[in-house]
Amino acid sequence: MAAGVPGLFRRGARLLTRYVKAHPVPFIVSIFGAAIYAGAAVGTTIILGRITNDVIVPTFESGRPEAKAVWYTGLALLLVGLLRASTIILRRYFAALLTYRTQRDWRRKLAHTYLSVPLEYHRETPTGELLAHADADIVASSEVINPLPFSVGVITLAVFAIISLATVDWFLMLVAVVLFPLLAIINQMYTTRAEKPLGVVQERVGQVSRIAHESFDGVLVVKTLGREDEEVARLEGAADELRAARVGLGRIRAVFEPMIDALPSLGIIALLLIGSWQVSIDRLNTGDIVQAAALFGLLAFPMRVFGYFLQELPRAVVVSARLDKVVAAPHEPGAATDTPPAVGDGPLSVSFADVSFRYGDDPPVLDGLNLNIAAGSIVALVGVTGSGKSTLCELIPRLVDPDSGTVELDGVDIREFDPVAVRSEVALVFQETFLFADTVRENVTLGDPIDNAVLERAASIAHASAFVHRLPHGWDTGLGERGVTLSGGQRQRLALTRALLRGPRVLILDDATSAVDPVIESAILRDLRTSLETTTLVVAHRVSTIELADEVVFLDGGCIVATGSHPELLANNPDYARLVHAYVDQESMTEGIDHDVADVGTSRLPS
Amino acid sequence: MSNKRNSGSGNDVPPEKDELSSQANDELARMEHAAAFDDPIALEHEALAASAEEDRTNERRLRAIAVLRRGFAQSPELGRGLRLTVLFAMIGAVGRLIIPVLIQQVIDKGLLADEGFNAGFTITACAVAAAILVAVMFLARITYVRLVTTAELMLRNLRVKTFSHIHRLPMADHESTRRGELTSRVTSDIETIARFVQYGAMAWIIDSVIIIGTLIVMSFYAWQLAVITVVAALPVLPLFRLMQRRQLKAYTVVRNRVGTTLSEVSEAVQGAAPIRAYGLQRRSRARLDDAIQDQFKSEMSAARWFAFMFPLGDAFGGVALASVAMAGIWFGESWGLNAGSLIACLFLVQLILGPVAEIGEILDQTQTAIAGWSKVLGVLDTPVDLVEPEPGVELPNGPLDVRVEHLGFSYQTGGPVLRDVTIDIPAGASVAIVGETGSGKTTFVKLLDRLADPVEGSVLVGGIGLDTVNRQSRTERIRMVPQDGFMFDTSLGENIAMGRIGATIDDVRTSISELGLETWVAGLPRGLDTEVGERGEGLSVGERQLVALARAQMADPGLLILDEATSAVDPRTERALTTALHRLAEGRTTISVAHRLSTAEQADLVLVFDAGELVEHGSHGELVARGGRYAELYRSWLGNTGQKAV
Repeated sequence: MAAGVPGLFRRGARLLTRYVKAHPVPFIVSIFGAAIYAGAAVGTTIILGRITNDVIVPTFESGRPEAKAVWYTGLALLLVGLLRASTIILRRYFAALLTYRTQRDWRRKLAHTYLSVPLEYHRETPTGELLAHADADIVASSEVINPLPFSVGVITLAVFAIISLATVDWFLMLVAVVLFPLLAIINQMYTTRAEKPLGVVQERVGQVSRIAHESFDGVLVVKTLGREDEEVARLEGAADELRAARVGLGRIRAVFEPMIDALPSLGIIALLLIGSWQVSIDRLNTGDIVQAAALFGLLAFPMRVFGYFLQELPRAVVVSARLDKVVAAPHEPGAATDTPPAVGDGPLSVSFADVSFRYGDDPPVLDGLNLNIAAGSIVALVGVTGSGKSTLCELIPRLVDPDSGTVELDGVDIREFDPVAVRSEVALVFQETFLFADTVRENVTLGDPIDNAVLERAASIAHASAFVHRLPHGWDTGLGERGVTLSGGQRQRLALTRALLRGPRVLILDDATSAVDPVIESAILRDLRTSLETTTLVVAHRVSTIELADEVVFLDGGCIVATGSHPELLANNPDYARLVHAYVDQESMTEGIDHDVADVGTSRLPS
Repeated sequence: MSNKRNSGSGNDVPPEKDELSSQANDELARMEHAAAFDDPIALEHEALAASAEEDRTNERRLRAIAVLRRGFAQSPELGRGLRLTVLFAMIGAVGRLIIPVLIQQVIDKGLLADEGFNAGFTITACAVAAAILVAVMFLARITYVRLVTTAELMLRNLRVKTFSHIHRLPMADHESTRRGELTSRVTSDIETIARFVQYGAMAWIIDSVIIIGTLIVMSFYAWQLAVITVVAALPVLPLFRLMQRRQLKAYTVVRNRVGTTLSEVSEAVQGAAPIRAYGLQRRSRARLDDAIQDQFKSEMSAARWFAFMFPLGDAFGGVALASVAMAGIWFGESWGLNAGSLIACLFLVQLILGPVAEIGEILDQTQTAIAGWSKVLGVLDTPVDLVEPEPGVELPNGPLDVRVEHLGFSYQTGGPVLRDVTIDIPAGASVAIVGETGSGKTTFVKLLDRLADPVEGSVLVGGIGLDTVNRQSRTERIRMVPQDGFMFDTSLGENIAMGRIGATIDDVRTSISELGLETWVAGLPRGLDTEVGERGEGLSVGERQLVALARAQMADPGLLILDEATSAVDPRTERALTTALHRLAEGRTTISVAHRLSTAEQADLVLVFDAGELVEHGSHGELVARGGRYAELYRSWLGNTGQKAV
């Protein structure tokens, strides 16, 4: 905005060049169509002029129409009309192709960005905003393409028209030469005036969308709190602001549009005045005036499209700049070296050396943490909320990188690996299970071709087998089908199956069995120990889980306070003892008679 | 107690419902988190979509005129002042007609006049025309402002109305799979209408006025030529209509594809953590690319119609111009034409071309807008099953008793979810509801908060039929605390204040201290001013539950319905939760969907649900002694833990 009109146009031109360069063929074809159309349109006026002089005026003077002349007249007008129609088809189809291809490019780029930015990016950016980029913003950034070929055609048309006028009379051409720059200037003023209000409108559209998104997302709470009226009032506020912004913009349009409309007509009046005078002194004939007036009339409508184009341009510039910024968001860090260092077979050891991490300016979540987890061991991570457990878990598969210090897998700094390579060795299971809109099978295999036997084995370790088989279509039940609702515990067990199928060499369970019945949870952990060759890190709340670990790591305030076996810590660390006692108290209250109870019965039967 | 839902079979459902369903169908698979309360809620639309009626009703719906008629009925403000605006637009259109007439006048009376060049007439005629043009320019400005003001008011009202209607729809319509769709009704669908009124609506008025006006002026010169113009246009009309319908269909497909793409994008965004943790980028990318490509294809097939429709105007123009010129030259004399008036007529035909072409141009936009409008109207036509009594009866103060008589519930498709449940819950009792997923316990508590109306039987709270209770009284006196305490993206204090309409920050503080949550709040970075983030994700699951409890405390309910949390929270928060819950429950009737044994053990009354029926009720001790279903559950639990046996 600060760059002003020339800057805006330069940016607009640069944007359009970029779009066209990406897909030159449809652009060229549509421009070709537009240019021929312009020629045909001018051709129509020439034909009209000729008909006036050679057919109409003589016919009415003589009173005897000539059949041959009449047929030629009709044929010429018909053919030139059809030529116009067919070139329009070319222009429009290929302009649409260019527009939609550009939108597809944007969509792909954005989608790929969303998939490759670090996790932190998603935690900081509201979902609604990212969705708006992928929807309304893309349209706003590329709608300008549709009128582009026509606008280029208009310029061709103007050139043709002015040349054509010059052949009629240079004086009349002068009227046009004065008129069209005037139109351009007014258009420019219009564009400049509209840019800022357009930005405001865009922003308020986003606001309305955010409110709607949030409000429907939390509909159950809205209903139970009886807050429908308040929510409506909230939207009403945003809708009012949007309306005010749009009406303001409309007022600007109301000033300029009629002016732009009236100018060509005023030009024709000037042309008539000058033309009649020229006819009276025998420098022109009637046909010349008719042709010139038709040319002006012809220019009036395309000028409007050109105006529309100019009006769309600033919006496209602003929005595409915004999208460019999104697309430019740094991707997840890659590997430091090109060749991934070789790691041995079997479970991997994990070690943290002086690791610190903080979110933004918040106090550090991890503060100079040191920890060694031996390959193949089961380690329980214990600590109050906010002690840094989840961050510690996320560091291992490189979902976040430490601010300082190093995390090593099998003695190798994980920053030397590609994150994807790390994650194929390390499986992290979250407390909250995200299931995809797909079948149960697809949700655990994630599209990999996995043998049924392997699937069953993983599912039975995760104690998911029994309930999956009770679903209407077993593994092929679609999640989201009518009547298929999984309990929190069932969802978590699917997530665990998902992780186990990947044969992880380090398995991290970040409170990943919290909703599973304690009985099943212990059974799962016992099975994990006996049937899996992996290093396991468990964030634990239940004493039964803690007791199963080889080693317990007690975390507080981003540091490791103590490590050792459960009885050791219990005896030596009063803070730990207090925390664990709290767990015991809690456990006695929370012993589940959850949905899972039924499963306990069935899964126990064979043994 | 009758219920509309149940009485409607597939065929007598309004057609709009089908449309919603066919879209729901497409997005059916896109489920997100199925929170405990999202229940096996019936996607009743699904079955309807398959009905053979669909094609016919679709056809019917595609009639743009019908949509417009219904749209105008829904937005009466559109009609207000419309006549004057249209009148102004008509006068504005005159501004464009003036030029051909001027040319004719100047040629006939200025140039080709018998007495030679008439300079005076030419100058006067031009001056008058210029004055009219300038006047019309100002009038157009007023017209435009009027139109925009009206249209924006209408859009704003339609948006608010639709939003408010969606909030009044029963929970079944808020199935998570449809949430994105509902959002797009008040956003992108209304935006398509907005885009239309900003550019298209004015053009429609002006263009049709010009077309009609031109024909009228033309018939002053020679009515035969006007007839020829119209006749040349006639074959275009059915062709246009045909293409128009095809295009509208194509746009509906486009909109659905856009929905699919957005669902995929939202999955990529909301599932960001697992996608990264499992290296699913490639898979998600493939799915996204497919969705994007499908959208592109649908857009291009819609673009075919877009490309072929517009030039119809030019083709028609060629035919019309040729016929008018030929007929004018051949019969001109006998129809009373002269050179000037025939040329004027040719200009008039040319003048029609612009508006016809422009209508072609905006038709596309109009189609999109009508498709969007039709969807919005479809939402407005979705029946609100729960009719709130006006003003309704106030619930009494203090703890409330609940009397449930022969309660039955079923969704429109599928078998009964609840069958013949009868139970008396005395005021102040604490009740635990136990049962497997799908046993009907969640539906049961929903009926107690009137999130749906029963199909059979009745619910009386405090002796009053629930469907006759005033809405505000109900939401304050009966309070359900869902497991997932959804939070709004604002401060903690404001989120808690939402617990009661008109609550102040002092009320919030009081509730917090009543529940013993001061330490927790004090421990947050900015206390009550802490921003909780989108969906409250800045807080832990347990903390969100604390907020839900504090919200309930604000309202001082007489009946508390709790959906116990299934996920474990850390002990500190757990202790805060236990204390808060204990204090909140004091002196109120509480009904908990129990996921914990201790809740059932401590309850005055345990209700055991199985396959939609209330199979047992009594205290924990009684039920264990009776040796029925509950005792079986209890024993299996004890047996499995092998510890803590009493």
